[in-house]
Amino acid sequence: MAMAVLPPDWPGGYWTHWVVFTVIIIAFVLLMFMAFVWIERRAMAIMQARLGPNRAGPFGLLQPVADGLKVMLKEDIVPTKGDKLVHWLAPVVAVVPVLMIFAVVPFQGGALLADLNIGILYVVAISSVSVVGIFMAGWASNSKYSLLGAMRSVAAVVSYEIPVVLSIVGVVLLAGSLSMQQIVLAQDIPFILVQPLGFLLFFTGALAEINRAPFDLMEADSEIVAGFHIEYSGMKFALFYLVEYGEALAISAIATTLFLSGWRGPLLPPWLWFLVKVILVFFVIVWIRTTVPRLRIDQLMALAWKFLFPLALINLLITAVEILAWPEVSLWVFVPVNFAVMIVLVLLWSKFFKLGWGKVEV
Amino acid sequence: MDTTKDIVVKAEPYVVNFGPAHPSTHGVFRMRMTLDGEVIVDMEPVFGYLHRGIEKLAEERTYTGVIPLTDRLDYLASMTNNLAYVLAVEKLAGISVPERAEYLRVVMAELQRIASHLIAVGSFLQDCGAFMTPLVYMLREREKILDLFEMVCGQRLTYNYMRVGGVSQDIPEEFMPALEKFVKEMPGWIDEYDRLLKENEILLARAKGVGILPKELAINASASGPVLRASGVEWDIRRADPYSIYDRFEFDIPTGSVGDCYDRYRVRVEEMRQSLRILKQAMEQLPEGEVISDVPHLVRPPIGEAYGHIEGPKGELGFYLVSDNSIAPYRFHVRAPTFINLTALRDMMRGWKIADAIIIFGSIDICMGEVDR
Repeated sequence: MAMAVLPPDWPGGYWTHWVVFTVIIIAFVLLMFMAFVWIERRAMAIMQARLGPNRAGPFGLLQPVADGLKVMLKEDIVPTKGDKLVHWLAPVVAVVPVLMIFAVVPFQGGALLADLNIGILYVVAISSVSVVGIFMAGWASNSKYSLLGAMRSVAAVVSYEIPVVLSIVGVVLLAGSLSMQQIVLAQDIPFILVQPLGFLLFFTGALAEINRAPFDLMEADSEIVAGFHIEYSGMKFALFYLVEYGEALAISAIATTLFLSGWRGPLLPPWLWFLVKVILVFFVIVWIRTTVPRLRIDQLMALAWKFLFPLALINLLITAVEILAWPEVSLWVFVPVNFAVMIVLVLLWSKFFKLGWGKVEV
Repeated sequence: MDTTKDIVVKAEPYVVNFGPAHPSTHGVFRMRMTLDGEVIVDMEPVFGYLHRGIEKLAEERTYTGVIPLTDRLDYLASMTNNLAYVLAVEKLAGISVPERAEYLRVVMAELQRIASHLIAVGSFLQDCGAFMTPLVYMLREREKILDLFEMVCGQRLTYNYMRVGGVSQDIPEEFMPALEKFVKEMPGWIDEYDRLLKENEILLARAKGVGILPKELAINASASGPVLRASGVEWDIRRADPYSIYDRFEFDIPTGSVGDCYDRYRVRVEEMRQSLRILKQAMEQLPEGEVISDVPHLVRPPIGEAYGHIEGPKGELGFYLVSDNSIAPYRFHVRAPTFINLTALRDMMRGWKIADAIIIFGSIDICMGEVDR
């Protein structure tokens, strides 16, 4: 892997940099994982007229720690007829890519493990590896429920990858670079304003890719109970839990970097801006989860291929034309234009697009 | 040779057990589903996991002693269970009920209907995947109804409130103000639930047109309650065969048009509004007086049989009693509405996907305590 030039303000050599940042990133992910669990449970509880966890520590802040300890003490059960090696390997395969995503996420100017010149491409590539782990888990458990969950997950991830990538390409066109750092630096206007439709498509697609509501079919608790990790317990289960929230964190971080001008912002230090934006995006994810019901698998596919995919193509075309035809015009001019285009397109599509009824003659 | 035909890959159907331990089976119901991918080819309901032999137990108890057993049938609607049973006994023994007790019975029955529908609608939306929010909102209001019940009988789940010839005790002072407050506030809360999800695009896509129960099939399957009315049949025992004092109240019978899951959901929400209307009228007309007539401690009905039925929250709840002039029923049979509503389940489910099966099942609103007895 092409390790890019070190940021000038960072002391130490290649290996010091590598080790220090790896430790920092893993610590960051684990800390944010616990923070997210707490935020999700408390925010959801407040929205649902409940209290949520409030016993362990002040405001229940230590609840994730208590959960973690409990889970570590649990017995690790492998199904008798399961594939033991694959069953063991699956959580590892699922966790590692999630941690690897953060190698290129810019926490503030210059603070990142590697400023790859193909940063966002690396993210897209590495983030789809997790699904292999999830499918392995579903397969190795030798349970019909987990296989159903794993199948749904693969279908969702493979389909939603396309609109997500296409909406990312719009941002890349605007920034003129694949490097995450360059994309942040290019955002004098947050790209959410220039690419409103792109953000909508990215966010919807990303929700489906990380299997959050309303696309949480792979672990739909009212249908297939827990989906792919139904046969997991103990630390392996905790790892899948980590994957779930790690992916949510990754998506929040990428959405922040691509559309919300990353660590840039007035007054506050850059890393704090980054954190605030990440938590804000995650809060929206939680908000959606408490509000809307779940889609069905065929509706999920229909939404990806009939709604998001064509809109993503049109969005890409419009962005490309704008950049090619009027390279000198300020991006501010495109803001109202693109918002109008988004509203027209979404209304037009929702008029002709039906989520589908889905009865099959048997 | 035409090769296009050979390309079609037909997966082999496989059997999946849903339940008896599954979060969406509302108890210990089990569905043996034969699936082709995600599509349900066949479904066979299996029940009996909660069988407690209540019908046999009742034959060993006095007529009054059976009332607590009826609490444990549909434990989400104990009041209406009590009511249906005591109606049957009163019919059998020819016992009259004081005016005030009749009104109290109606008040309790309608409150119970709202409480039961809150659970039904809440868990239906939960099955649709609306993660807990609607359910918790509705539990919040159900809690207020339970508080009211606690005032009158000290219990929050198994009330044992109705007696042969009346009700066990008069309402306390604080009951009527609390009930008035509830009746005043409840319409706003129902509007809140509607604002939350009534027009939600995903809910419409999930529930509209799904699990249709045609009118003819509904009648042939002897369905009753909201399930039947959602199919467009205007059949409500309160109107069709008025019991107690229901002929004195004004109310509409909400019906659906198609008989899909969405209609069943809407019918229940509308019924809550109608129940509030009845409650309002009953509160205004509530007379003073005795709450229980002079009934001997051990009721000894003359030899004969009687069938008392009411419009329970989940459908026609009936009790069939045979008396041999002893202090215990000779035969005690329950016409459990949810058990009979399950008859058409297979026809409703075939061809739909697993996710639909869950909401079709949820929209019938069953209670295993009643199905298995």
